[in-house]
Amino acid sequence: MTDPAPATGCRDVPVLAERGQHEVFCGLTGIIWLHRKIQDAFFLVVGSRTCAHLLQSAAGVMIFAEPRFGTAILEETDLAGLADAQEELEREVDRLLSRRPDIRQLFLVGSCPSEVIKLDLSRAAERLSARHAPKVRVLNYSGSGIETTFTEGEDACLAAMVPALPDTDRRQLILVGALPDVVEDQALDLLSKLGIEDVAVLPARHADSGLAIGPNTVFALTQPFLGGTLAALERRGARHIPAPFPFGEEGTTAWLTAVAREFGVDQAHFDAVTAAPRARAARAVAQAAEGLRDRSVFFFPDSQLEIPLARFLTRECGMRAIEVGAPYIHRAVVGPELDLLDRGPQLAEGQDVERQLDRCRDARPDLTVCGLGLANPLEAEGLATKWAIELVFTPVHFYEQAGDLAGLFSRPLRRRAALRLEAAE
Amino acid sequence: MKLSVWTYEGPPHVGALRVATAMKGLHYVLHAPQGDTYADLLFTMIERRNHRPPVTYTTFQARDLGADTAQLFKTACLAAHDRFRPQAMIVGASCTAELIQDDPGGMAETMGLPVPVIPLDLPSYQRKENFGADETLFQLVRALARPMDRSAHVTCNLIGPTALGFRHRDDITELTALLGDMGIGVNVCAPYGATPQDLTRLGAAHFNVLMYPETGEAACRWMERELGQPYTRTVPIGVGATRDFLGEVAALTGRSLALDESRLRLPWYSASVDSTYLTGKRVFIFGDGTHVASAARIARDEMGFEVAGLGCYNREQARMIRALARDYGVEALITEDYLEVEARIAELAPEMILGTQMERHIGKRLGIPCAVISAPVHVQDFPARYSPQMGIEGANVIFDTWVHPLVMGLEEHLLTMFREDFEFHDDAGASHHGGAATPRVADPAPAPAEAPDTGGEVIWLDEAERELRKVPFFVRGKARRNTETYASERGLTRIGLDTLYDAKAHYAR
Repeated sequence: MTDPAPATGCRDVPVLAERGQHEVFCGLTGIIWLHRKIQDAFFLVVGSRTCAHLLQSAAGVMIFAEPRFGTAILEETDLAGLADAQEELEREVDRLLSRRPDIRQLFLVGSCPSEVIKLDLSRAAERLSARHAPKVRVLNYSGSGIETTFTEGEDACLAAMVPALPDTDRRQLILVGALPDVVEDQALDLLSKLGIEDVAVLPARHADSGLAIGPNTVFALTQPFLGGTLAALERRGARHIPAPFPFGEEGTTAWLTAVAREFGVDQAHFDAVTAAPRARAARAVAQAAEGLRDRSVFFFPDSQLEIPLARFLTRECGMRAIEVGAPYIHRAVVGPELDLLDRGPQLAEGQDVERQLDRCRDARPDLTVCGLGLANPLEAEGLATKWAIELVFTPVHFYEQAGDLAGLFSRPLRRRAALRLEAAE
Repeated sequence: MKLSVWTYEGPPHVGALRVATAMKGLHYVLHAPQGDTYADLLFTMIERRNHRPPVTYTTFQARDLGADTAQLFKTACLAAHDRFRPQAMIVGASCTAELIQDDPGGMAETMGLPVPVIPLDLPSYQRKENFGADETLFQLVRALARPMDRSAHVTCNLIGPTALGFRHRDDITELTALLGDMGIGVNVCAPYGATPQDLTRLGAAHFNVLMYPETGEAACRWMERELGQPYTRTVPIGVGATRDFLGEVAALTGRSLALDESRLRLPWYSASVDSTYLTGKRVFIFGDGTHVASAARIARDEMGFEVAGLGCYNREQARMIRALARDYGVEALITEDYLEVEARIAELAPEMILGTQMERHIGKRLGIPCAVISAPVHVQDFPARYSPQMGIEGANVIFDTWVHPLVMGLEEHLLTMFREDFEFHDDAGASHHGGAATPRVADPAPAPAEAPDTGGEVIWLDEAERELRKVPFFVRGKARRNTETYASERGLTRIGLDTLYDAKAHYAR
């Protein structure tokens, strides 16, 4: 296994920790991609009209496609007498399950209002599980803004699934993180070609996938925001394979290398399997990254993907990172990424959006990666932006998507160069 | 608890955000958890604003709960004032902050900020977005407007247009021009484009134009009482309503009614023979109360449609809509549950829907043409082009918007009519896309005209079913329903060709 080129590394550089207004999504947003991935699950948010409004605003047109999520909106009466809340919830769940008999897993998702009034959703989940067993399993987790930021909602969801998994002594690999189906299939195919056959995925597409866990299980994360799930898996005796994340040619190779090493795959076989897709990815990245070289990039915090993406953009696309903001930096997870990221960019954890905007305006980056609430205002100030949410929804992992990933960042710059909106001289 | 997937309205603090974002020189400090900033993107994306909404969120987290959140609120207030130097501020709580009882109003009062700080009390678990906007504007007006001498020339205030309002931007332009033609100037338009300082000048106007009752009625009522300013009751959407509105303005001001109709095309377009096929088209109308009431009048009196049903999602307008429905001889549907709306539409089987973004999708699902007349709307209904709903140009816009889906419907109908044609059958492919036409394969012989007995249910025999398919798709639903009603009233369990045509004759109008 060849290790990636040594770098000076960012693992021990001081991080700017800020507290102020956070311009981020809450964890409820994770439902929008999780319900596509887990095909027999329904996500029932217990919250307010704000939660329902957030979901429909973030889900866009998806809301019209009979989605498998909804909000049980708390009303005045629910706040007055807490005793009724459990009964109310049971009634709503009964109605829901009779209307949607295809549902096998029901997630009760906590929100800020339900957390603040201390509505005990775990007890509700237990009672409902008993009531609807064995057909439907009811779990709960919190996607509230007071506890979770954007992709941490997926982390909370997956972590909640882990204790309910059956035991196994099998020597197996679990890939952890919801990926678009096409990407998941590519990953499984690569691993199978490397001779690693007993591979499962968390979250599985269906409840009856046979996913189990035990002391001989090893797991690799495909997403950097899964710190809580990592801890839950370790509590079940499984062992984590630390690795950089499979973004870009280098990231994918490093990730595969870590897994292959765990399973004793020999170097010649590894090279034979990866040579062609590696070359393809490198070519695609080189092509798509044209126009990114020597440009500067500034990351606002959003999804915890910022550090791996900064590593990809600086090392494979030749960009220069000015600031890499992340909502949360989990060192056990992104440590290998920090080792690869050259010293230089300011690492920032948390946010004071006004100060961060000041720094961004001062730095005048060539490209700013930020949320949709900031993107158009910054464009109007003359800064090119890449809206970050797309990076979570679009297939961007592993070799075949490496070119697309670079393309997501180069497109805004190409567009700016293409538009001629001033009057002709 | 109520299970909901789609909501017509956001929470009330989004209404307050719509007022704050519409104004300049005002800043809103919202006590809210991390994540509530999602609302910013409604303004930057759907309305495509080029600036951030003037809102500071405290974005408290779990670790702040306890006494810390109050301190957080104060810090956020001071920082917002220092940074933005607004002329006035509004402060309030979102649904979660309402539960932790920090009292933003009380806290802001003790801070001694050098500008007016107006507390908002928006009950998140009872009221919704439109109430939030109406109440916010009312509180702003109450805090800032004072009695003063009327302007020398006749002027009015335009009250109610907000950020994220359906066509509010262009309605302001249209109305300003209409009033200008009568020699009436606009004193202040609020909240859209106004500053807190502008609000202090509201009293100089001779009267108020209440553009949107949903978001401006409380302010207008207060100004009528406290500043002695009458306000207009007619919303000038549609030709008749525009004339009535100007009549009302003439009565209020003593000026003679003047309306430049040289650009008004709806009446002639509607009278021209091409529009004959619009006669008696059954439409279902749903949206906010104001736009539904306006649309019903246009539909019946100016387009010659038949209003088959109507309703609204905002309970504040329920009484008005119920009364209107009685006038039209239909049952009002007051609900915020889109499944009920869908069920009513399916039951009525209208030939066209006038509604919101949601009804557009219901129409798509049921195969019924639809035009959008009311918020909530998506980005395509914040168009770049000039497209008011009010006044002269508004009437022109409405004619085109409503007829377009029907014209396309007619095209589809023609294609369906000639489906059996040797060139236009289903498998032929599009002739203009370069595809070679495929000859039609003869239909297999019809199955024996015997269908299984479904026990009580009326069943369609094959020949009748095939005949029904020849009926234009946009009346097919009605034909099916009428025939089934006809059959079951007569105790028939099977529908054959004769039953179909008997029913047709029975319902002929």
